[in-house]
Amino acid sequence: MQNPTFEIKAMRASYGAKEVLKGIDINILSNSVTAIIGPSGCGKSTFIRSLNRINDLIPNFHASGDILYRGEDIYSGDVDVVDLRRRIGMVFQKPNPFPKSIYDNIAYVLRVHGFDMREMIDEIVEKSLRKAALWDEVKDNLKQNALTLSGGQQQRLCIARTLAIEPEVLLFDEPCSALDPISTAKVEELIHQLKQNYTIVIVTHNMQQAARVSDHSAFFLMGELIEFGKTQDIFTKPVDARTEAYITGRFG
Amino acid sequence: MKRHLDQELAGLKEELLKMGILVENAIFESIKALKGLDKEIAVKAINDDRIIDDMENKIDEKCIDLLALQQPMAVDLRFITMSMKISTDLERIADLAIDIARRVLELTGKPLLKPLIDIPKLTDLAKQMTKDAINAFVNQDPDLAGKVILLDREADRLRDIIQKELMEDFIAKDPSATPRAVPLLLIARHLERICDHATNIAEDVIYMVKADVVKHHPEKLK
Repeated sequence: MQNPTFEIKAMRASYGAKEVLKGIDINILSNSVTAIIGPSGCGKSTFIRSLNRINDLIPNFHASGDILYRGEDIYSGDVDVVDLRRRIGMVFQKPNPFPKSIYDNIAYVLRVHGFDMREMIDEIVEKSLRKAALWDEVKDNLKQNALTLSGGQQQRLCIARTLAIEPEVLLFDEPCSALDPISTAKVEELIHQLKQNYTIVIVTHNMQQAARVSDHSAFFLMGELIEFGKTQDIFTKPVDARTEAYITGRFG
Repeated sequence: MKRHLDQELAGLKEELLKMGILVENAIFESIKALKGLDKEIAVKAINDDRIIDDMENKIDEKCIDLLALQQPMAVDLRFITMSMKISTDLERIADLAIDIARRVLELTGKPLLKPLIDIPKLTDLAKQMTKDAINAFVNQDPDLAGKVILLDREADRLRDIIQKELMEDFIAKDPSATPRAVPLLLIARHLERICDHATNIAEDVIYMVKADVVKHHPEKLK
């Protein structure tokens, strides 16, 4: 068994009085892709956004229970949240490049994190774009405004930007929901490649996408974790009738 | 763009190829046992069948996973669904080879009824058709698959000759020859069935590569 990157026990989360996660126990394994699936409102986005404490930005958000990242409780008082978010990078639903050049999208992030040597920045920009499978498409136009790229290219640029600061974990929150099928396929292939070096958690509405890209799948329903297991088992022989109903489209 | 699915399909093809090699070997060993009426080789061939049974299950499971997880389309879909059918035919060929080995056990210790003339011809045909069907799959070669299908008639013809000879020249004339004739009749039947399964594989290869259904439509091959 691989070591878990996250060990989560009895995790609860709420927005004000509304509890959206009701006691989640799950281990997220290293160097693998874990997909979180479930209908709207099941708590999957809240779950993933709690893993790098980006939910802290929402007023009235409260989480409890143990969320251990490499054995360390990320909600304990002495955690450096900025450093945590560097180590646990996130890619969002809609590509959100800065209105700057392709090069500066990555360089800016590096400068914010204290890199100032031009040569080193050049090197990391190229390395990150290569890792995000975008380099060959943009290497001759690095000064071009990132907003002129296609949606799929913008999303891979956002992935490159996340990779530039060398995270250990990548959280993908519906990364392909705004992309066409070809761009989606490219991002999915990229996820397959990236899991060699990163632990990946992906939230997706698209069950077929979860099936294609993940090693493990977790089915959430109304704030509870109903079933968690190897993706091939979840999609061919789920144990819980509710999981079966959801993945076969008989839900509701 | 290199696809993750391509790696999976290459792995599946490799598993089927391994199974094909084991099945060819099962035929080879059973025939060797028959030629020498060798009990030891026959028993070993029977015992080795378990490995092929396990491979069939493993390949089927892999195909189900790929269908469920990768949502294959067009040529990929045909490759995976036909792989499931081919693994079933390969396993049946291995079972028939084992059936031949069982008939060898029934024949050992008694003198052969007659020198074997047409059974070796049918044996060579069964071996060749199986080998060519597997090669047609590996190389995705519909022309070779077509040749395999056309040979099936020759297999039927040889089986009929063998049956007629054993029935008319031996069993009808001397009923006491029946216990030695029946295993040979069955061997001819097993060999002919091996040719039928090789034909099925060849038909599946043509569907896989060209999306043409030639099964039950022999006129399409002309």
